[in-house]
Amino acid sequence: MDLLQTMNQFLDNPNAFWVLAGTTILGLCSGVLGSFAFLRKRGLMGDVLAHAALPGICLAFLLTGSKNPILFLIGATITGLVASLCIQWITKYSRIKEDTALSIVLSVFFGAGIVLLTFIQHSENGNQSGLDKFLFGQSAAMVRDDLLVMGIVATALIVVCTILFKELKLLCFDIAYGKSIGFPMGKIDFMFMFLLVVAVVIGLQAAGVVLMAALLITPAAAARYWTERLDRMVIISAVLGALSGGLGTFISAIGYRLSTGPLIVLSATTFFLISMLFAPKRGLLARWIRRMRTRRQVVEDQWFENIFTLSERTGCNQWTDKELYAQYPALSKQRKLLSRLVKQGYIIMELQANGEYQISLTQTGWNKAYETILYKRMLEVWMMHENEIDGVVQQYANGMNREIPKEVVPQLQSLLKKHNRMPTLPRLGEEVL
Amino acid sequence: MKNSESPVSIRNLSVAYHRKPVLREIDYDAPEGELIGIIGPNGAGKSTLIKAVLGLLPRASGDVYIYGKSYREQRHLVGYVPQRESVDWDFPTHALDVVLMGRYGKLGWFKRPGAKDREFAMSCLQKVGMEAFAMRQISQLSGGQQQRVFLARALAQDAHIYFMDEPFVGVDAATEKAIIQVLTELKDKGKTVLVVHHDLQTVQEYFDSVLLLNMRLIASGSTKEAFTTENLQKTYGGRLTILPDSQELLLTR
Repeated sequence: MDLLQTMNQFLDNPNAFWVLAGTTILGLCSGVLGSFAFLRKRGLMGDVLAHAALPGICLAFLLTGSKNPILFLIGATITGLVASLCIQWITKYSRIKEDTALSIVLSVFFGAGIVLLTFIQHSENGNQSGLDKFLFGQSAAMVRDDLLVMGIVATALIVVCTILFKELKLLCFDIAYGKSIGFPMGKIDFMFMFLLVVAVVIGLQAAGVVLMAALLITPAAAARYWTERLDRMVIISAVLGALSGGLGTFISAIGYRLSTGPLIVLSATTFFLISMLFAPKRGLLARWIRRMRTRRQVVEDQWFENIFTLSERTGCNQWTDKELYAQYPALSKQRKLLSRLVKQGYIIMELQANGEYQISLTQTGWNKAYETILYKRMLEVWMMHENEIDGVVQQYANGMNREIPKEVVPQLQSLLKKHNRMPTLPRLGEEVL
Repeated sequence: MKNSESPVSIRNLSVAYHRKPVLREIDYDAPEGELIGIIGPNGAGKSTLIKAVLGLLPRASGDVYIYGKSYREQRHLVGYVPQRESVDWDFPTHALDVVLMGRYGKLGWFKRPGAKDREFAMSCLQKVGMEAFAMRQISQLSGGQQQRVFLARALAQDAHIYFMDEPFVGVDAATEKAIIQVLTELKDKGKTVLVVHHDLQTVQEYFDSVLLLNMRLIASGSTKEAFTTENLQKTYGGRLTILPDSQELLLTR
């Protein structure tokens, strides 16, 4: 009830509603642009562009004396583009690598911006300029006009990205190929940089110079965990960006007068952490489970293989644990495996008077050992004769697919016989082959 | 000067990185409808030659003609298979989508690939034996499979001339077989294929003619005439040991 009341209060306040709408649109837009920047490996570029926007905003104010958001946008875009060109020139014509070029340009432009900012603040009408809000962002100070500009520009950016989706995909995946089939990739890259600058600049007022880059990259990095398709990644990133924007604004509005920009970034980071840990397939947890499963599978296969070859060699079908470990010392570390196999009904373990365990295979256990050894040996001969057999052995050898296709089985069996690798003991309940 | 019959004619081509020339004054006319091997040691400028022809690198001097016209005009006739390592394979997309990129040149700006393009891309994947992997995320493919996806993408361009940059490097036997099969099919259709190639053992088996390169053009012509011990010695500058009595070639450092 309490939360509902706060929400009602929140939505009744028209100014709060405008701010919420603004930050949500902003998150949406930077989520879209950020996806491409992330895949183009331009993560840090957003940071440079944000810092380089500051001198542009100050210059715009100094030259015109007005606080029109459109003039700020133009000024920031110009210095942002100049900064990105500087980086391109430095990496192209000097021996300096890109990371160094990025940090040089970032600090020089930001330094210049701070100098201009202090100059403005010490001048006559500087105190009222309110330019310092661009440093850390102050979305609560946004008025309807700011939001209109922001909304229109953000929508335009998203529309351009949708129209040029195919070209941007080419830019992020394979520039040289794009060039070879006739797309002017240099121009597309510059245009993308321009879109990125604009996205950064409209976000400055809300998130600030220092935090804008996080808003651009974090939703994209989070989205990458959830999907293997670019179109879906862009949409997920946009949704996460919008949610972060909305959530950050909401938290800042209902409580404690906390600053909105940082809360937006913290929300985005929370989404990122959740994605990194819990996303299916790519998430850390899923990968850990997969790794444990594979490990268990490998150990189990090895155990059945060893048992089977031991029977082939000795003709025996039951052993004490001591005998087994004497033959295969590696098995002695896998005590958990044995109790699991007992539970699954593959083996029977009996404690004997002398304290040793008597181990024997059940029928299903024996047949499982037979299957395991047959599969392994079939793969062996397949790999030895890869060139004579159709089909791709790799996809079976790496354990992703344990079904050997029926059409190659007879071929593999005759090869097994040729190499004397056919299992010498039969499956239980079957004639000897 | 220019030869309007030849699918690719290169005139006086030089390429320089910074101050150092990498390729000097290459003159070459590719014979039509043949598989052509571009052979030379590491750093000989084999990939550079291809990239300069395709306009991916600035040329210091020289001209390139595709069927007697500039590359710009004839771009639609040329297909390209870059080196596999040139891209990040952890890109969020599947094999079919990469092959569809081969259609982008014909689609032009803004237009998205349609059902017909998908069908065509599928048939290209089939030609390289990868139709079962169409929807597989590309990082989950083996190196050889990735190479075949790149080959299928070039096939999707439906070109007349193909440039391939080291397609046989680091691939499995199945991929090598698939690539050779595709190359033979292309040749049977009268298409011209230029392949940067490393493995001297297989040159005579795979290629109709060769272009021996080490910063300059050493020799070119049919494999029988140009791929000789003498020319190879010139190309590899004494780093090549040829065992007497056998056709085996050994590369020593």
